[in-house]
Amino acid sequence: MPTNAPSAARTLSDVTSSDSTLRRFLHGLPGVDAVGLEARAAALGTRSIKATAKAYAIDLAISMVDLTTLEGADTPGKVRALGAKAVRPDPTDRTAPSTAAVCVYPDMVAVAKEAVAGSGVKVASVATAFPAGRAALDVKLADVRDAVGAGADEIDMVIDRGAFLAGRYMKVYDEIVAVKEASGAARLKVIFETGELSTYDNIRRASWLGMLAGADFIKTSTGKVAVNATPANTLLMLEAVRDFRAQTGVQVGVKPAGGIRTSKDAIKFLVLVNETAGEDWLDNHWFRFGASSLLNDLLMQRQKLATGRYSGPDYVTVD
Amino acid sequence: MSDRLSVLKTYKLYVGGKFPRSESGRVYEVTDSKGTWLANAPQASRKDARDAVVAARKAFGGWAGATAYNRGQVLYRVAEMLEGRRAQFVREVADAEGLSKAKAAEQVEATIDRWVWYAGWTDKIAQVVGGGNPVAGPFFNLSSPEPTGVVAVLAPQESSFLGLVSVLAPVIATGNTAIVIASERSPLPALSLGEVLATSDVPGGVVNILSGRTAEIAAPLAAHQDVNAIDLAGADEALAKELEIAAADNLKRVLRPQPVDDWAAVPGIDRLTAFLETKTVWHPTGSLGASGSSY
Repeated sequence: MPTNAPSAARTLSDVTSSDSTLRRFLHGLPGVDAVGLEARAAALGTRSIKATAKAYAIDLAISMVDLTTLEGADTPGKVRALGAKAVRPDPTDRTAPSTAAVCVYPDMVAVAKEAVAGSGVKVASVATAFPAGRAALDVKLADVRDAVGAGADEIDMVIDRGAFLAGRYMKVYDEIVAVKEASGAARLKVIFETGELSTYDNIRRASWLGMLAGADFIKTSTGKVAVNATPANTLLMLEAVRDFRAQTGVQVGVKPAGGIRTSKDAIKFLVLVNETAGEDWLDNHWFRFGASSLLNDLLMQRQKLATGRYSGPDYVTVD
Repeated sequence: MSDRLSVLKTYKLYVGGKFPRSESGRVYEVTDSKGTWLANAPQASRKDARDAVVAARKAFGGWAGATAYNRGQVLYRVAEMLEGRRAQFVREVADAEGLSKAKAAEQVEATIDRWVWYAGWTDKIAQVVGGGNPVAGPFFNLSSPEPTGVVAVLAPQESSFLGLVSVLAPVIATGNTAIVIASERSPLPALSLGEVLATSDVPGGVVNILSGRTAEIAAPLAAHQDVNAIDLAGADEALAKELEIAAADNLKRVLRPQPVDDWAAVPGIDRLTAFLETKTVWHPTGSLGASGSSY
């Protein structure tokens, strides 16, 4: 496996030397053709994926799921159940792959870690005052250390959208760098909350900002706002990671999250990955789905392919 | 003579309260009993059947949870709407079954009366088939009928409207949701019924109407793990056998085809109880003092 991204790409190191150079660079990125982007995303969504290709895509998608529970009502019991499901999504069919990770709040990391012990399933934790990110840096870093200390393999941080929208890019950059440092060996996913960034141009800028600051993954959203991952904004982020690797040689992962509920949607995203970033990203080290109900639909489709009969929600778990 | 061109109707499926074309894009020609073209009806595919199951499952909680009284009102409303469209259904039934206007009118009137009859049963069936049971212990023991769930209904092939309503109305009267496969040769009255249901307070998804090849649509429904029961009224002997085997896999409740000579005869409550399950509750009586029960 390729190693984690260094905290600043070598060829772009001077870009982040000051607030003004960073601003000049981000605003110098080409503008996004919104109509073209959406048309491209929609066109790729019409690909027909059937039979063996569909079976492959479903298994790949299952292996890419970050099985998520981020509710105020999360209990240790629920997290343990989720962990068991992540390890063996379909107890009736041992050929079903495990998911990539479970994603929980920091205080549940220890429970989750125990639930997936020895299975290869990672534990991801949201941190930095998720989902709003409205807290002092010290508090955010304490949150991160807490999660890492409890054994989190991956940290999902949120950027300070307020600072980003106000144009204080350096503040956002410094925060990501600080969180990256606090994360240590854990892989860092940077959430932009694309639904709050207003424009496609902003999503492109945020993607580059995150990658420059050393993100291992860039992630669309928290799943807590009205607009979450869409094919168009994910396509835009995939273009960003492709261009970033071409320029710096550093590969960064992408994670769309929120609102992806059906196998059909998931397969559309995989088509976007293959056609935009390329085959190198078709692996759960580089592409993830942040989802909870998606897994059930994938399992029902998998059962349909295996048996020829349509399955129903009685044959998968409730959560 | 006026040179106005009349507007032809595009018949569509009725799924989840909407009127989609078949996902497959297919249609087939529907003719009257003499072979004259009447309209193109959508030829539903297994994916339309799957979508209908999703819609029916989604609607089940709300419909089963509605009070029996409310369901009765809604079904009565359907009869009111049918009355208003009487002329249209008389024409469609006459074309479909090769009947005279007078005979077709009889059929339509019997159909409307059938709706009203079943509408009346919604809040009475529980008293007839449920009730308190005497038990040897200090308990109230109550049995009440509960709807089975999502029911696939193969409508009778010959009686395109009265037969259809006679199998559909009892299914939904008790709180089930239904996926109906219309008569293959004469689906038009069934598809028009969808328009009536859409305008009469029946929540979307409670009734879903598909037209096309009965055998093609019924096979995936019979095997579907999320369909709880299937009524084989419109299946011939060979198809019924095949579907019953497919339905056995998830222990679906199966109603075998019953020979019906006259759909207009009083149907009895067999079709109402066919898709009911009995829930029995044990409840301790109040007085369980040290001195023993006073019950």
